Amino acid sequence: MMRFLLLFSRQGKLRLQKWFTPIPEREKKKIVRDMTTMVLARKPRSCNFLHWKDLKIVYKRYASLYFCCGLDAEENELIALEMLHRYVELLDKYFGNVCELDIIFNFEKAYFILDEFLLGGEIQETSKQVVSRAIEASDMLQEAEIDNSDYDLELGWP
Amino acid sequence: MPAPIRLRELIRTIRTARTQAEEREMIQKECAAIRSSFREEDNTYRCRNVAKLLYMHMLGYPAHFGQLECLKLIASQKFTDKRIGYLGAMLLLDERQDVHLLMTNCIKNDLNHSTQYVQGLALCTLGCMGSSEMCRDLAGEVEKLLKTSNSYLRKKAALCAVHVIRKVPELMEMFLPATKNLLSEKNHGVLHTSVVLLTEMCERSPDMLSHFRKVWLLVPQLVRILKNLIMSGYSPEHDVSGISDPFLQVRILRLLRILGRSDDDSSEAMNDILAQVATNTETSKNVGNAILYETVLTIMDIKSESGLRVLAINILGRFLLNNDKNIRYVALTSLLKTVQTDHNAVQRHRSTIVDCLKDLDVSIKRRAMELSFALVNGNNIRGMMKELLYFLDSCDPEFKADCASGVFLAAEKYAPSKRWHIDTIMRVLTTAGSYVRDDSVPNLIQLITNSVEMHAYTVQRLYKALLDDISQQPLVQVSSWCIGEYGDLLVSGQCEEEEPIQVTEDEVLDVLEGLLLSNLSTPVTRGYSLLGEILNRIKKVVSVYGSSIDVELQQRAVEYNALFKKYDHMRPALLERMPIMEKTASNGPTEIVQTNGETEPSVPDTKHPPLVTQPANQANDLLDLLGGNDVVPVIQTTLPTKPASAGGELLDLLGDLSLSGGPAPAPVPSVPVSQPPFLLDGLSSQPLFTDIAAVIPPMTAYNKNGLKIEFTFERANPNPNIAVITIHATNTTEADMTEFVFQAAVPKTFQLQLLSPSSNIVPALNQGSITQIIRVLNPQKQQLRMRVKLTYTHKGLPVQDLAEVNNFPPQSWQ
Repeated sequence: MMRFLLLFSRQGKLRLQKWFTPIPEREKKKIVRDMTTMVLARKPRSCNFLHWKDLKIVYKRYASLYFCCGLDAEENELIALEMLHRYVELLDKYFGNVCELDIIFNFEKAYFILDEFLLGGEIQETSKQVVSRAIEASDMLQEAEIDNSDYDLELGWP
Repeated sequence: MPAPIRLRELIRTIRTARTQAEEREMIQKECAAIRSSFREEDNTYRCRNVAKLLYMHMLGYPAHFGQLECLKLIASQKFTDKRIGYLGAMLLLDERQDVHLLMTNCIKNDLNHSTQYVQGLALCTLGCMGSSEMCRDLAGEVEKLLKTSNSYLRKKAALCAVHVIRKVPELMEMFLPATKNLLSEKNHGVLHTSVVLLTEMCERSPDMLSHFRKVWLLVPQLVRILKNLIMSGYSPEHDVSGISDPFLQVRILRLLRILGRSDDDSSEAMNDILAQVATNTETSKNVGNAILYETVLTIMDIKSESGLRVLAINILGRFLLNNDKNIRYVALTSLLKTVQTDHNAVQRHRSTIVDCLKDLDVSIKRRAMELSFALVNGNNIRGMMKELLYFLDSCDPEFKADCASGVFLAAEKYAPSKRWHIDTIMRVLTTAGSYVRDDSVPNLIQLITNSVEMHAYTVQRLYKALLDDISQQPLVQVSSWCIGEYGDLLVSGQCEEEEPIQVTEDEVLDVLEGLLLSNLSTPVTRGYSLLGEILNRIKKVVSVYGSSIDVELQQRAVEYNALFKKYDHMRPALLERMPIMEKTASNGPTEIVQTNGETEPSVPDTKHPPLVTQPANQANDLLDLLGGNDVVPVIQTTLPTKPASAGGELLDLLGDLSLSGGPAPAPVPSVPVSQPPFLLDGLSSQPLFTDIAAVIPPMTAYNKNGLKIEFTFERANPNPNIAVITIHATNTTEADMTEFVFQAAVPKTFQLQLLSPSSNIVPALNQGSITQIIRVLNPQKQQLRMRVKLTYTHKGLPVQDLAEVNNFPPQSWQ
């Protein structure tokens, strides 16, 4: 299973953190620090795999964002790369030519998309369309609520 | 109270902060606003506020005061609230928090919600971070959802079940019935998650595993699904670069691996499909190689036929030539796993693997190094070592230590000749000397002493290396030690294998002195150097260290000084060559015994020191360094043999004795002087001079007709002029000797005192003895002589005998 997924910028700023096992807050911060240090130190054309403690670390850079996940030792690193790529594709489909700013300003949506793709550290849906449709439907549900509500559009929605 | 600012607004504002302090200020201000908003229990803005809190949490600021608010959001009826609430719960409310359990009821309700997206949220949250208690409480709901026909929920329920099983393994059984029909689904999401669920069950329970194999006949089912995937035409929904649903393929291959492991039937059932996947998968993109990789792992792990295994290793071999670094890395890792079992097949790719040592990527280099060491054997040792030494020269420092260790190990196992071995080790020391492990120095020294014929060659080479460079500590240590040991060979210029170099003693000393003076030398190195110096000129240098700060150096210096001053006659023996050391296992800590002056930490009991018993006649000097406080060595003088006294006084014992034919003195027996304890075990302080002649050997005084009388001696204290003799009479005949009386007479210059015997029966067949004590006073220290008279009854007949006892050991009367 995947233990965690982190997105961080070239300057080491965290943009998304998903943890699939219970870890104390302090240790999460340490892992984030370790990952950013290790990954940012890698030379440009190195391979995308690292060893860290008993985990395999798979990372890939997309424009200004690093996608970094920690896997159990028996996982297939090459398919993990495909998994990261699939997530980027999903983001891209949703935001349209996704860039780091989209993730910064709509981080909660990035999480929602992730939660339709992975669950408990495993892939729950292998079809891009099915994931996208689920997100769209959820968004529509949200908008319907706002439409139907008595609240001013400005108020309710984050 | 104005409306709290919107999320995106906050994000924009915070990003304008130019310093950390400015950001902190903004955050604190907003947190305060949020807190008061929470206090007001305002439903409207709760969602917005929690969302902002989550953003600030991601920046690293504390957000625990939002935990309860998340719970309230989850409990809300609005989907918007629930979405943010569950997200907040997943970020802030893991099982370590007190309020975690409060979620249970909400989740339970939402699992039964009419809207599937709400159910989805609940399943997702439970499946990501539900605690064991929560899982226990809600497992039933999950199981229900596992049976629903709604594939959107079914796939989530399957992964939720995986999480429940991970947290509470005992609950595995309850999911079994619902799992059965999962594989008949067409929906890929459900298929994928079902395979994950089955995998989890198989990994946790061997019973389940065999149940799946035998009862459910899982293998043929999976094979069929996989086959459909491969054979089916293009499916836009699941296609990745021309491959249909690679994620599902990989998961199925992984489950097949577990099912086929150590099971012949299952392995056979999957042989064909594995071969098919291995040969037909498109390899131009990463995704195809990912599937091939999983296939190879499966083939190697199950009981596949040899043809298939060779196919797998060849795939790995092709991977090694791939331009993609990731593929090469993965290949090296897999080969490392299989090198033990399929050694020969992997050997075929040795040259490619060795080429990877030159790769630019650090991870690949490391894997290649590990694999190269695994492939070294007796046949390829020379070639491989060349490559590995070249690698050692040029690699990053992070590799050097491991590489050096690997080289030593390999050299030890497969060295084709001693000279090659020594050359190899020297090469390592010169190129990577500062990275070698501490025990490599003693190891090398041991190796050198063992290769006696190489001493001259070794010491020459080491000397030359030392001339070039004294910065590498291990090399310097070994060199100084060798020069100390074999310096004479060096100076004499003999060497068969290399051209002899003319080295004078002075030159050697120059080098060694240079070492001592060099700031680069650690105290240990200097210690080694001190040992090496053997000529008079050294005294000056050594005495400097007599007041060194380092205790060990000081001690050695003082001892050497003492050695030079007083004990000339002992020096040759002291400075003798070290004997050949026994080899200890290369893995264990090497413990060396050095007997000519240094000792290093303890010798294991099982190892018998090769040098212990020197005949006591030789000057046997052991500087017991770490033993008692005495620096003066234990001295054992040899016992001079006393000539027989040719002209002695007439012994007028009973008239007809003559002295001229004095018996030859008994040969000087070897004095079994107590040896100083070897090394460190319980070093008791040794007496300065051992007691000379502490023990006088016994003698046979009379031996006739089956009666044997032995004399044993003691020195009486306090008067050394009195010899106390104990007689032991034994009887080898079958009949007792009764009424046994022993009488003795000595020359006039002596005085004799006979004490009572223990009995007067000497039992037959050595079953006992009579003892009697004689005290002889010998003030003039003359040679002791005695006449004895024996009377006894044997087999009814009286027996009487006279005898002379002349063979007294000299110690008894000196």
